[in-house]
Amino acid sequence: MYEGVVQDLIDELGRLPGVGPKSAQRIAFHLLAADPVDVRRLVHVLTEVKDKVRFCKTCGNVAEQEECRICRDPRRDRSVICVVEESKDVVAIEKTREFRGRYHVLGGAISPIEGIGPDDLRVRELMTRLADDEVTELILATDPNLEGEATATYLARLVKPMGLRVTRLASGLPVGGDLEYADEVTLGRAFEGRRLIDV
Amino acid sequence: MSLYRDEGVVLRTQKLGEADRIITLLTRSHGRVRAVGKGVRRTRSKFGARLEPFTHVDLQIYEGRSLDVVQQAETLASYGDRIADDYGRYTSGTVMLETAERLTAEEREPATQQFLLLVGGLRTLAEAAHAPGLVLDAFLLRSLAVAGYAASFDDCAVCARPGPHPFFNVPAGGAVCGTCRPSGSVSPARSTLDLLAALLTGDWVVADASDPRTRREGNGLVAAYLQWHLERGLRSLPMVERT
Ligand SMILES: [Zn+2]
Repeated sequence: MYEGVVQDLIDELGRLPGVGPKSAQRIAFHLLAADPVDVRRLVHVLTEVKDKVRFCKTCGNVAEQEECRICRDPRRDRSVICVVEESKDVVAIEKTREFRGRYHVLGGAISPIEGIGPDDLRVRELMTRLADDEVTELILATDPNLEGEATATYLARLVKPMGLRVTRLASGLPVGGDLEYADEVTLGRAFEGRRLIDV
Repeated sequence: MSLYRDEGVVLRTQKLGEADRIITLLTRSHGRVRAVGKGVRRTRSKFGARLEPFTHVDLQIYEGRSLDVVQQAETLASYGDRIADDYGRYTSGTVMLETAERLTAEEREPATQQFLLLVGGLRTLAEAAHAPGLVLDAFLLRSLAVAGYAASFDDCAVCARPGPHPFFNVPAGGAVCGTCRPSGSVSPARSTLDLLAALLTGDWVVADASDPRTRREGNGLVAAYLQWHLERGLRSLPMVERT
């Protein structure tokens, strides 16, 4: 234990995701030794991010205005919505430059063991958006793990009566790996999602 | 430094640091174990989907000072895909995992019967031959029985007078006769107690033939019975989708 404010700093840092007590202590002492200008800049950014950044009223992505940059962009295809768990997933998909539609950020995945059900995610907001007949296709891009799959299954069944084209991102073998290291589930999915080679 | 090998079912995973997860497992010989799956969140992890909930794996674990570490994992059976394919199966299956975790109170205390029951229950659930809600209730009744909380659906739970009896009392342990009947007893339909007895003994012919009303009353009693024996409620139980 350290005295007063130093311990407070370690405690606060330790509450951040992925930061254990050891790392918290390391970061705290780094900050203590750092140039005051650098620390002030960090404080400024932290305050600004809480003041300025909010969540897009349409898609739930992080935004600096009422709507995020993507939802405001008139060049984006309004007929397709890609559903993801988190804002970081939007960033990941944007980097591919493959997708020109808009997003819907759920805020997580359905996880009954953690007490997270459909009502705790932005599912109702999604249904409201889909009721608008501009949308014709829904891409389910939740994580390729158990909770992501279950969430996709749930959403697919929920929107079925709306008659949309519903697709799920293909999952399978990681590019750059060896086939022999793939586990059965991954390999099985890769078989399901195989595509025609056009030569 | 010591290594051990065992088979187990993945009950729960929690994010740890950048790319790791803490994996909670119910093993055949070591009871409930928590071990780190290093790098499992990376899409190129050598573990792939092997350390996902509902997977039955053969494991090699390194015993660490604070947390154990999974060194190798081979799939023995993977039920996750079949279970996540259907929301009713997924929510029922999650309750099975959470119950198995809660009924094995101590880490490292062997619970082989609970382990075997869980493997059997998940296999039945994934096969989809019976309604997920029935598979769940059968699992819960048997799992409580293994934990020492067997319910009686025939003889009076208080005086042991042979049944059938028209009353049911959760704290007393099941069916109770008209003389013993403590206050707060309910009087479920005869068919409901027959269903629960069938689920406990694995009589699927009787269980599959039950009607929706009987099943509803049955799972209400099972839920009440389960909650009574667990200190705090299960998070997943209110989310079960029953059809
Ligand atoms: Zn937006």
